[in-house]
Amino acid sequence: MTKMLTTQTYRDKKKIGEILEMIRKRSSKKIRLMEVCGGHTMAIHKFGIPGLLPKNVILKSGPGCPVCVSDQKFIDRAIAIARKEDVILTTFGDLIRVPGSTSSLEKERAKGCDIRIVYSSLDALKIARQNPEKRVVFLGIGFETTAPTSAATILKASKSKIDNFCLLSAHKIMPPAMEALAFDGIRIDGFIGPGHVSTITGSGIYQILADNHGIGCVISGFEPVDILQSILMLINQKEQGEPKVEIEYSRAVKPKGNEKAQRIMEEVFYLSDDCWRGFGDIPMSGLKIRKKYARWDAEKVLHVTVEKTRYKKGCICGEVLKGKKSPTECRLFKSACTPATPIGACMVSSEGACHAHYLYGNGKLL
Amino acid sequence: MCLSVPAKILSIKDDMAEVSVNGVRLEVSLQLVDKAKPGDYVLVHTGYALQILSDEDVTLANKFMEHESPNST
Repeated sequence: MTKMLTTQTYRDKKKIGEILEMIRKRSSKKIRLMEVCGGHTMAIHKFGIPGLLPKNVILKSGPGCPVCVSDQKFIDRAIAIARKEDVILTTFGDLIRVPGSTSSLEKERAKGCDIRIVYSSLDALKIARQNPEKRVVFLGIGFETTAPTSAATILKASKSKIDNFCLLSAHKIMPPAMEALAFDGIRIDGFIGPGHVSTITGSGIYQILADNHGIGCVISGFEPVDILQSILMLINQKEQGEPKVEIEYSRAVKPKGNEKAQRIMEEVFYLSDDCWRGFGDIPMSGLKIRKKYARWDAEKVLHVTVEKTRYKKGCICGEVLKGKKSPTECRLFKSACTPATPIGACMVSSEGACHAHYLYGNGKLL
Repeated sequence: MCLSVPAKILSIKDDMAEVSVNGVRLEVSLQLVDKAKPGDYVLVHTGYALQILSDEDVTLANKFMEHESPNST
């Protein structure tokens, strides 16, 4: 019974129709909304949401896919580390296929490097415990959702005295990238806010966007009713001329977030400038490991020579990640670049905008 | 990437819990949450519980399990 009720609540066609009707009624102005979460990118396209909306409501994908925003320099560094003889490199699955300047982790594994896909940084720690003669490196990518898990694993390594484990951190935080888009002059009227990032951070981190840039943010869940409801809330903000931060996904996001996870993140990481694919360096957007935990910092304990970065010609992933261009505007899209033979990171990742467009078209399924 | 799924805690030993995700048993860390107990539902991300879901959220958990809904960042 409960299942029926909740299913009806979040995927019910009648409810969806009602929200769409309200969107049509209330929306008079052109409005550009951006999602900054790979899960939202997939959900929006999977459920065919762009095709349901009136023409004046425009949806764009932003820098919400951690694999996609990880810069090529990071991939090249990971490859250089994997090539070291005494190293076992551990990573989340998607990253393995992202092309570096001249190779990829997948190619390096085929050549004999010990590269293993793990589900959790804790699995990497377990591998370190089982292989004391090896240096086990975990590639830490992801936003505020994932960063506290890497931080907790470092604390666990420290407590258990597992010194042959280390983290190569490319962890990032969302708000500076969202602000960078505003500074770059990209027209966005509202953000569909990332649900699970906000589970950790709470809602306050987006206030600066409303206060300083006039861009509202509604933190959204991942079901069609959630997403449409968030779009409606953003339309109301625009029509009333009152950009603000609101939580649609209140069943998982509390205003203050998970304060214990925030403390653990703060204990292990400090904020530093970081390079994002398509954006370049964004001030204070990356999480680096504090000196206190330098023993578990791959950048400190492993010295490698990284090859010169060479970006792929013709790939417009950088423009796609900023919402400047749609995947379909790329001349490689669906020709040279497909999920089977990806050229850019946005096609590799199952959450990338190019991958979503390839699988589901531009949301005209429903 | 930030795939997070609700799971029910079956048992706890130190800071690790055995949880059930749609009948599949997993071991997850409770390091990031306070006062989790067996029977609680937690939102799980890459081997860690990110948050304890309140009673009303449990219906949500059931919904996720029914649909294996994708959830992310």
